Amino acid sequence: MKPRVSNLIGRQTPCPQVLLNKVIEHDIRNTVGNVPMEWYQDYPHIGYNLDGKKIFKPIRNKDELDEFLDKMENPDYWRTVHDKTTASDIRLTDEQVDLVHRLQKGQFGDVNFNEYEPSVDFFTNEVMIHPVTNRPQDKRSFIPSLIEKEKVSKLVHAIKMGWIKPRKPKETTPQYYDLWAKEDPNAILGRHKMHVPAPKMRLPGHEESYNPPPEYLLTEEERLVWEQQDAEDRKLPFLPQKHSCLRAVPAFSRFIHERFERCLDLYLCPRQRKMRVNVNPEDLIPKLPKPKDLQPFPTTMSLVYRGHTSLVRSISASPTGQWLVSGSDDFTVRFWEVNTGRCMKTLEVGGAVKSVAWNPNPAVCLVAVESTVLLLNPSLGDRLVVSSTDQLITSYEPPEEDKEQAVTWALSEGPEHNKGHRLTLTHPKAVKQVVWHGKGDYLSSVMPDNSSNLQVLIHQVSKRRTQNPFRKSKGLVQCVSFHPLRPYFFVATQRYVRIYNLIKQELTKKLMTNCKWISSMAIHPGGDNLICGSYDCRLAWFDLDLSTKPYKMLRHHKKALRGVAFHRNYPLFASGADDGSVIVCHGMVYNDLLQNPLIVPVKVLKGHQITHDLGVLDVTFHPTQPWVFSSGADATIRLFT
Amino acid sequence: MGGLQKKKYERGSATNYITRNKARKKLQLSLADFRRLCILKGIYPHEPKHKKKVNKGSTAPRTFYLLKDIRFLLHEPIVRKFREYKVFVRKLRKAYGKAEWTGVERLRDNKPGYKLDHIIKERYPTFIDALRDIDDALSMCFLFSTFARTGKCHVQTITLCRRLTVEWMNYVVASRSLQKVFISIKGIYYQADVLGQLITWLVPYQFAHDHPTDVDYRVMATFTEMYTTLFGFINFRLYQTLNLVYPPKLDSKAESELKAEHEEDYAMDSESYLEKLSALSASLARVVATAEEEENQLDQFPADGNMEAREKEQKEQEDQNRLFEGLKFFLNREVPRESLAFILRCFGAEVSWDKSLCIGGTYDVTDETITHQIVDRPDIDKQYINRYYIQPQWVFDSVNAKMCLPVEDYFLGVTLPPHLSPFVEEKDGDYVPPEKLKLMALQRGEKHGKIQEEEEEEDEDEDDDDDEEEDNDEEDEDLTEEKNLKKMEDQRSQGKVRLEQEEKAEEKRLAIMMMKKKEKYLYDKIMFGKKRTTREGRTAHNNSWNGVNGMVSNVVSMWLMPFH
Repeated sequence: MKPRVSNLIGRQTPCPQVLLNKVIEHDIRNTVGNVPMEWYQDYPHIGYNLDGKKIFKPIRNKDELDEFLDKMENPDYWRTVHDKTTASDIRLTDEQVDLVHRLQKGQFGDVNFNEYEPSVDFFTNEVMIHPVTNRPQDKRSFIPSLIEKEKVSKLVHAIKMGWIKPRKPKETTPQYYDLWAKEDPNAILGRHKMHVPAPKMRLPGHEESYNPPPEYLLTEEERLVWEQQDAEDRKLPFLPQKHSCLRAVPAFSRFIHERFERCLDLYLCPRQRKMRVNVNPEDLIPKLPKPKDLQPFPTTMSLVYRGHTSLVRSISASPTGQWLVSGSDDFTVRFWEVNTGRCMKTLEVGGAVKSVAWNPNPAVCLVAVESTVLLLNPSLGDRLVVSSTDQLITSYEPPEEDKEQAVTWALSEGPEHNKGHRLTLTHPKAVKQVVWHGKGDYLSSVMPDNSSNLQVLIHQVSKRRTQNPFRKSKGLVQCVSFHPLRPYFFVATQRYVRIYNLIKQELTKKLMTNCKWISSMAIHPGGDNLICGSYDCRLAWFDLDLSTKPYKMLRHHKKALRGVAFHRNYPLFASGADDGSVIVCHGMVYNDLLQNPLIVPVKVLKGHQITHDLGVLDVTFHPTQPWVFSSGADATIRLFT
Repeated sequence: MGGLQKKKYERGSATNYITRNKARKKLQLSLADFRRLCILKGIYPHEPKHKKKVNKGSTAPRTFYLLKDIRFLLHEPIVRKFREYKVFVRKLRKAYGKAEWTGVERLRDNKPGYKLDHIIKERYPTFIDALRDIDDALSMCFLFSTFARTGKCHVQTITLCRRLTVEWMNYVVASRSLQKVFISIKGIYYQADVLGQLITWLVPYQFAHDHPTDVDYRVMATFTEMYTTLFGFINFRLYQTLNLVYPPKLDSKAESELKAEHEEDYAMDSESYLEKLSALSASLARVVATAEEEENQLDQFPADGNMEAREKEQKEQEDQNRLFEGLKFFLNREVPRESLAFILRCFGAEVSWDKSLCIGGTYDVTDETITHQIVDRPDIDKQYINRYYIQPQWVFDSVNAKMCLPVEDYFLGVTLPPHLSPFVEEKDGDYVPPEKLKLMALQRGEKHGKIQEEEEEEDEDEDDDDDEEEDNDEEDEDLTEEKNLKKMEDQRSQGKVRLEQEEKAEEKRLAIMMMKKKEKYLYDKIMFGKKRTTREGRTAHNNSWNGVNGMVSNVVSMWLMPFH
């Protein structure tokens, strides 16, 4: 095998003979071939020569020091090459060095090779007159091509048929021009008049700012709620964020989405013109006469009557307006002077007082206590009146034949007489309400009981007689009342008010109150109008001439109504409820039948404290002045003037 | 008697509407083409009053179009073009399949195209109509012009959008019609008053888009196709109104200046021209070289009561247009150059930026005449003493306030005051952020500290009173007595006022008690809505979505149902 260098040279150019000979001369040929010499690392030899003899490694390998010394001392070191196959150093000759240099420069290896020799054409580039060959021309070179003809005829046919069109001329008109140069507003199509323009994009609010005021940022909880909500339920489609500077604002990730959604809205959403009612909330409020023009009516709380220790169920003013009587759950009845607020008298009655009523005629007061009804003479004021009252009661002459009555009448004597008790009517059941007839001779008591017909009794004081006007029970009786002028009797059951004619002894009217549970009732002094308070917070005004349904339903109170009252002279009525307020309304009734009553709330009077969910329990008007009394669950009576 | 029995659904509303599929069949178009046609022609579905009747007794959810609309589409020449295009695509595919390259070339040469001019003219018969509807077109074009030139849509569309938006911005600068600007988290909102129409558009921030996968770009591209046509025509017309050359050319003077500097930086002249235009730093060439735009004087109408108001309004407008006149700004490289240059140029300022940032900067940082430098970094090394270093929000807030706000709040590294939306107009009873109140006081001309000073003075007076009593100085005593009397009178009058107010309030309360049930319900609802808006402290902008919360507009067109 040749050494690598010469091998390489031999491939490039034909090697000069001299060089080859010289190399061959020198060569101790190793026949192992081109194998890695590392294979012979562990052996003493490195191959075999042509005769099959081992070529041994030199006895001593050069180490680095030798190498170094060699490098320093040997002037031919730079041109010495180590041959691994023979393990010997070869000093390159001058020719070989020259060759290496030439190759390094990228020149041809052969010194004598001329790379710029003039080129000689293989074929001549001059057109010759005569053919090169003498072969005669083909026939097909004279005959027109059928295939071509076919192709052309196809094209012609296509052109004829209009399948192939000539190239379009380039457009010369500019892309944009004045489109609206000839604007004709009359040329608008009909459908454009009906066109509903798309609503514009909503303009951004403060919360969309990159640096919004802090109150527009969501709190942690709000943010959590926002994240949990569906995209459609969210009030804001994005989370408000605060950035300290413009540089810190990132790209909005849903920008393309939002634009796309807008596109979808534009071409997919049905549009409709909607008339929006232009409602001004102020216009909804009814125009009423000013309360100032409707004076007088009570406006301020002027007196508080204190003394009771439990809730005051009922109050009643004397017909002169000088005295007031009140009944309370602390088993007492108290008499007050209206103007001073002084308690004139306190009577122990031995039971919770459900109802008190002052006789409209003389100074007799009537008190209903649990299952008894007491007639009291308060012995207040004019002595003549007091004595006439006593005379009225003592003038009774018992009839010849005693009739069986529902209640027992008993005359009080001894200490009780001194206290003021005059007559005691013992009822079989608990009495809830007592009420006087306008003349002052008759009185009626109510014992609510759903099962029996003994619910309402009418008593005549002068004859000490008791009647049970109803043969049949029509429901739980809540309250009763006499008509102020005519012989009518009003009975309020849970939902209806029945009006009976006492002379003809028949039902004349039945009023539907539309309430769930009537609590109280009052009749206008004219007798043609009636108000009903109910536990479901409503007050119904009936015009008896108009209809059996309420003329007006007032929902002023927030809680159950407990008492209602009409004023005797002034066009006023009041209602007290569990919300602790007394509402005074102007309720004008006109003589002209065609004109409907005018109802205007004029004052909300507050003062009573709410105790045990009870507020005002009873209201009553002063007989002559535009004053109203109210009694409450806070054990006080208040006078509003 | 006799006669034929009337059949159901053969007359009345059932015949006025047509479902989408039927419409598509009638037009013989594919769904995609039908959509494209609807977008281009502006046809939208309608909501029939009696859906069940129209749906022939069925309650299935269907989209209905007016039959008239569909008949109108039948005559549209563009429908034929759609079909031609379909045929073209088929032929092309065939030619490709057979490797007939000459055929392919021939077909390509004759590619059927269509123009939307007539549709634009038909949809917007007058120029003002078109201008009124340009909001969406602007936002869309601004979005498309920020897209990368790869993938999502044709490069031509993007370049066209960019060109049109640059033209638009140049117009707004030239006409000085910008009114309000607002930096939101979505992008920057601009509002301009162009020929009496308020036009609002939104420009996204200059970031690469993260293209969502659930968006149909074909729909967007169709819209953009229509919008670019519309937008181009509008731009043409707008340039005409200002006597500007269209397509826009830079002023010859400015052009030569710019040319001298930057010739070597840009290889292609055509490319650099758009860049120069978009730099917005030079004015545009006019058709008729006018010396200066003459001030249009308002004619004097002798018996016009509104004259003064109008004059005042115009004066205010002019003042706003000259807001930054005479100021020289320099934009640092970290601020959004395009938007700030646009805004500042709109209000008459001179703007420049670093040469390496963009073409078109006219002066350097070292220029001593610069009055404001806009910086958006916490600190800057080399500061010139004769200029303000402010944050970009100052520009936006000043434009919205229509006055140059005090720069102290916007200095370098200062915590910025909140940026408020100029689009919110609070009605009485709405929540007004305190910053806005302060701003309004500023606009009214009150100094910020004035009220406080007064209060302080009063306090001092009171102190004086005490002192004087001790001193027993007569004159001063008289004075103090007078003052005391005055005070008492004031108190009394205040008490009276309060009493009256209380009376009024009670009257109202009592009147409310007498309301009918129905009206009470409505009233309560309105009041509830009002209270809620105030309670939340949010703007009443979404009132229109709150239901009955009326008082806004009489006729509103609205989307009926959300479709997505």
